[in-house]
Amino acid sequence: MNSPPIKIKASGVDVHYNDTQAIRDVSVEIEDKAVTAFIGPSGCGKSTFLRCLNRMNDTIETCRVSGSIQIDNQDIYDKRVDPVQLRAKVGIVFQKPNPFPKSIYDNVAYGPRIHGLAADRRELDAIVEKALRRAALWDEVKDRLQAPGTGLSGGQQQRLCIARSVATQPEILLMDEPCSALDPIATAQVEQLIDELREKYCVVIVTHSMQQAARVSQKTAFFHLGSLVEQGDTATIFTNPRDSRTENYITGRIG
Amino acid sequence: MSNKAADLAIHPREGTAEGRGAASFYGEDARLRQRRRAERRFQSYGIVAIGVSLLLLLLLVVTIIHNGRAAFTQSYITLEVTLLPEVLDKNGTRNLEDIRKVSTFGYAPLLRHALAQAVADFDIQTPLSPQEMAKLLSMSAGYQLRSFVLEDIGRIGETHKLRFLATSRIDGYMKGRVNRDSAARERTITPVHLDLADAMIAVGILEKTFNPDFIFGADASDQRPEAAGFGVAMLGSFFMMLVVLVLSLPIGVAAAIFLEEFAPRNKLSDLIEISISNLAAVPSIVFGILALSLFINYMHLPQSAPLVGGLALTFMTLPTIIIATRASLKAVPPSIRDAALGLGASKMQTVFHHVLPLAAPGIMTGTIIGLAQALGETAPLLLIGMIGFIASNPPTSLSEGLLSPNSAMTAQIYEWAKRADPAFAERAWAGILILLVFLVSMNIIAIVLRHRFEHRW
Repeated sequence: MNSPPIKIKASGVDVHYNDTQAIRDVSVEIEDKAVTAFIGPSGCGKSTFLRCLNRMNDTIETCRVSGSIQIDNQDIYDKRVDPVQLRAKVGIVFQKPNPFPKSIYDNVAYGPRIHGLAADRRELDAIVEKALRRAALWDEVKDRLQAPGTGLSGGQQQRLCIARSVATQPEILLMDEPCSALDPIATAQVEQLIDELREKYCVVIVTHSMQQAARVSQKTAFFHLGSLVEQGDTATIFTNPRDSRTENYITGRIG
Repeated sequence: MSNKAADLAIHPREGTAEGRGAASFYGEDARLRQRRRAERRFQSYGIVAIGVSLLLLLLLVVTIIHNGRAAFTQSYITLEVTLLPEVLDKNGTRNLEDIRKVSTFGYAPLLRHALAQAVADFDIQTPLSPQEMAKLLSMSAGYQLRSFVLEDIGRIGETHKLRFLATSRIDGYMKGRVNRDSAARERTITPVHLDLADAMIAVGILEKTFNPDFIFGADASDQRPEAAGFGVAMLGSFFMMLVVLVLSLPIGVAAAIFLEEFAPRNKLSDLIEISISNLAAVPSIVFGILALSLFINYMHLPQSAPLVGGLALTFMTLPTIIIATRASLKAVPPSIRDAALGLGASKMQTVFHHVLPLAAPGIMTGTIIGLAQALGETAPLLLIGMIGFIASNPPTSLSEGLLSPNSAMTAQIYEWAKRADPAFAERAWAGILILLVFLVSMNIIAIVLRHRFEHRW
């Protein structure tokens, strides 16, 4: 069995907010076509690290990132890289569903429109439909595409946000605790969706729920106090962790 | 065991007879009664405060309406005037140039004659000579008749039934401002004139009706309060507001967007922010002096022009609009920005596609409130010469509206309020009434906009 391709390769990443160090020397390799879960107690820096992967941290003025993060062997913090271009390839779904206060259609069509992915209205319609199907939302909204996206339920809104990300044809999908604002049924739907998305994308998910990490991910990385403690196959991490901190966390003794 | 209970107690007397004990939830103890009393007392302070302010507001509105109401009606004398050719066109050539040479005074005999005729026709007995009777007419009657003739010189020789303004004293008599006692004490109008006026009222040639010229007309000189109107001043205000809107909305919104969304946070941007807040609190007369020295003395723009007034008011309105715009940009949740940026939208696309539309109602509200402030501003206009100017001709084009001298609503009110003739007082009040109608409608529009478009996310 040949080893799966590595999509994201980070080495020696440090992140500072002003004088506070949030991430300490993190090195991690993330496989393509797989779901990687970042777990760890609150404030351990997993979300911060996730936001480094598409340079969303650039929008925080006091944030400084050092070290190297490569996607497809290109340094995304190179001067020649435009973060705007990068984010079209590395989509992100946030903790709280944040659809635009526009119609469902316009929510999904926004990315393709600004990136010029559709030549005409027909192509755009096709992209929107495909993205909504991929997000398992099409059947629920196909009759009301012009209704406001903010009028959907929380779980539907989150799937709409996933559809919106998918519509820009990303290669990587970052998810920052995508289910923490959802009820168990909506969570199950989104988790099912994440499992399906793995076929097409490299998915990185930050989660507080260890059950969720165990359910949806193939790889897991455990963060603690800004450092990466342990990474590996999800099954190994959860059944046979090497580090005592990992074991304490997954058995519920810290965090 | 009891030792442990004592350790757990927070209050030193907890569990003892002095402590709260196992009181019922029903009924009031002393502490609760005191608390409720304090609450009721506080509520009554609030109600009293609201009552007092409502009362003052009511007093204001009633006073304004009561005092200003009179200006919307005016006393008119209806006369049949024969336009005698021997007076108006001595040569008989019907040459417009020659007829123009007949001044307003030249028309006085015609009016005197027409009035005397009317008095005779209606069989009114009066000891007054035609000369004295004519004092019932406004000084603008001759001007009105002259304009009527010059409009179409073919009218010379004909007899026309026309409505002329009565002089402000007679108007005041009909509105209860002048009575026989006060007339006895002054020179122009005597009680005998008032007797004649009574007789004319009785036969219906002197009457008080609605006066559209007050709303649409131009100001008049000190001697003719009955002819003074507010319309041209309203146009002056309109052109000023046009200048303010056209300049301060784009500049203010652009500045606010840059400061809020693009500018790095450093000492310089902090300084700019503080300066803007301070500018919003600068007395408006300071902006007036600035406009005077910059636009009139240095750039030689015309005095009393709405353009200069608008520029001065733009200084004043800009900080208001910038602050309002920044506040409404700040109110747009950051999650919307994150969503757009996360999809690969550029900073500018994020702002213009998502943030600005959501902030628009707030920006509009701020702009309208800024405009309303500017509309009610008087002090800067004092310095650039819009006060004291008698705006007697309405502007006919945009450039004339901007550049030719004019007054403004507030300036006109101030001007009338300081004139000696009490007949101007009612016009000042009525001007305030019209100004308030504008301000209240602008604020209502702002409130409606805010309610209709707010909270869409």
